[in-house]
Amino acid sequence: MTTTTKPAQPVTAAPPARRSGPAGLALRQGRLEIRQFLRSRESVVFTLGFPLIMVLIFASIFDGEIAPGVSYTQYFITGMIATGLMTVSFQNLGIWIPIERDRGVLKRYRGTPMPKWVWFAGKVIMVLVTGVATTALLLAVSVTLFDLNLPTNATTWLTFGWVSALGVTACTLCGIAISSLARTSRSGSAVVTPVSLVLQFISGVFFVFTNLPTWMQQVAALFPLKWMCQGLRAVFLPESFGADEPGGSFELTRVALVLGIWCVIGLVLCLTTFRWTTRRDG
Amino acid sequence: MSDDVAIRVRGLRKTYGGSVAVAGLDLDVHRGEVFALLGPNGAGKTTTVEILEGYRGRDAGEVRVLDVDPADPTRDWRGRVGIVFQGTGEFDELSVAEVVHHFAGFYRDADDPDKVIERVGLTAKAGARTHTLSGGQKRRLDVALGIVGRPELLFLDEPTTGFDPEARREFWELIRDLAAAGTTIVLTTHYLDEAEALADRVGVIAGGQLVETAAPHQLGNRQEALATVSWRTPDGTLDSAQSAAPTALVAELAARFGGEVPGLTVSRPTLEDIYLTMIGHR
Repeated sequence: MTTTTKPAQPVTAAPPARRSGPAGLALRQGRLEIRQFLRSRESVVFTLGFPLIMVLIFASIFDGEIAPGVSYTQYFITGMIATGLMTVSFQNLGIWIPIERDRGVLKRYRGTPMPKWVWFAGKVIMVLVTGVATTALLLAVSVTLFDLNLPTNATTWLTFGWVSALGVTACTLCGIAISSLARTSRSGSAVVTPVSLVLQFISGVFFVFTNLPTWMQQVAALFPLKWMCQGLRAVFLPESFGADEPGGSFELTRVALVLGIWCVIGLVLCLTTFRWTTRRDG
Repeated sequence: MSDDVAIRVRGLRKTYGGSVAVAGLDLDVHRGEVFALLGPNGAGKTTTVEILEGYRGRDAGEVRVLDVDPADPTRDWRGRVGIVFQGTGEFDELSVAEVVHHFAGFYRDADDPDKVIERVGLTAKAGARTHTLSGGQKRRLDVALGIVGRPELLFLDEPTTGFDPEARREFWELIRDLAAAGTTIVLTTHYLDEAEALADRVGVIAGGQLVETAAPHQLGNRQEALATVSWRTPDGTLDSAQSAAPTALVAELAARFGGEVPGLTVSRPTLEDIYLTMIGHR
């Protein structure tokens, strides 16, 4: 430590770092979040690598057709895209926010003049960037190795866009909301991982949804992942496959409705339960 | 509120469940003053400070901090108050410089981040990831984040816990620098020597109330306390007497022994003696 005293008047020589405007603050926060994410190797490998590894394994094991012109691989890949989107949002936030809360990082942010929403915006920017990255990676591998067909018309691309956006929004809000359930930094993954894994099994990611017991289908239909998978099947599988869905079509209106409802539920939970400090902090 | 009052608290109360943490506390801190809150664990120190920092609500009482009610903190107010927490906020994947620069960006009139890093003695560690810092270095980073916004009022919660003696001395110098530049400082501490070395006034908190406020050398009428003179009698036993005029007593003893008084000591109660009496341990 030096003995330099703090000048009573602001120094004119060295202009201090200027506070940015609201958009600037959000972008800075997003950049910081992405930098933190990229530097924690485990989360990069897990978040980006897990869906990819699963696709490589499953696509190499199962190669049958589940319907005329539809291979199991194509079906599974759409499920993994949905899973990837859920991982970057729901799972990532549900695991990392409790750790940051436990370390006092959130409390410290709260002690600064940073507007609250900037911190959330930073998380959203990170989720969006990693979501695009993981989806692009999956698509590139699947198109190259497993004959996945990209959408050929604007309407389908649009469907791809809104299903992904709505799904990620719902999962982000639910991830932030569920982060408040974890009492300590370590329990975040204990809370989130089982939820996410069970949803993958019952929502038609690993198994063809219509082959599951009816009660399981009904439970899965209460949660977002099933509808994200179904919406993405409308994008990547032939239109004829719609007849094989439980409702006899891809039911895009219902996809939008259920995901929309989850956005509202997630938002309400976030607004009512979010904590900047741990329970023992009060 | 007059201009020279930084903090004014009247009748502050806070209970958790059935237990009373703060029971009708009154407190005044003047601008530019270094005020130390002393008290045993569970006396209500941290609760009081967290109410003043705007982290906790209160059940009753009037609180003004820099003329704002901290229960309803504004962004502007957050920018004028610096906080150094008891726990360390770790930003695992970021370097010291990245964290300080990022936080500087939240303040309208932030100090130069590199200069702040230099002031807390972390220049050599500016590029190091925060999780590689030693306990004392992490504490310095906490201080850097507390002062980077050039606060008018700085809260320090047990700032030197875990410091080695040299690091404490250096830290005290930093606090003196800040105080000399006009920053109002409120620190809580367990260390009486720290309060004595730094504080203009000390408040002793016990059972959720401020039991006394005074300059360190006047606490518990310490300057008027009787001195204890003790010496060894010719038959080898220890004798002692309390006296308001110890010099006269020593002269008398010297005359009695015809020169050197064996085993002579003259002492007054230490701050610790006074403090322990106040909080009911003696």
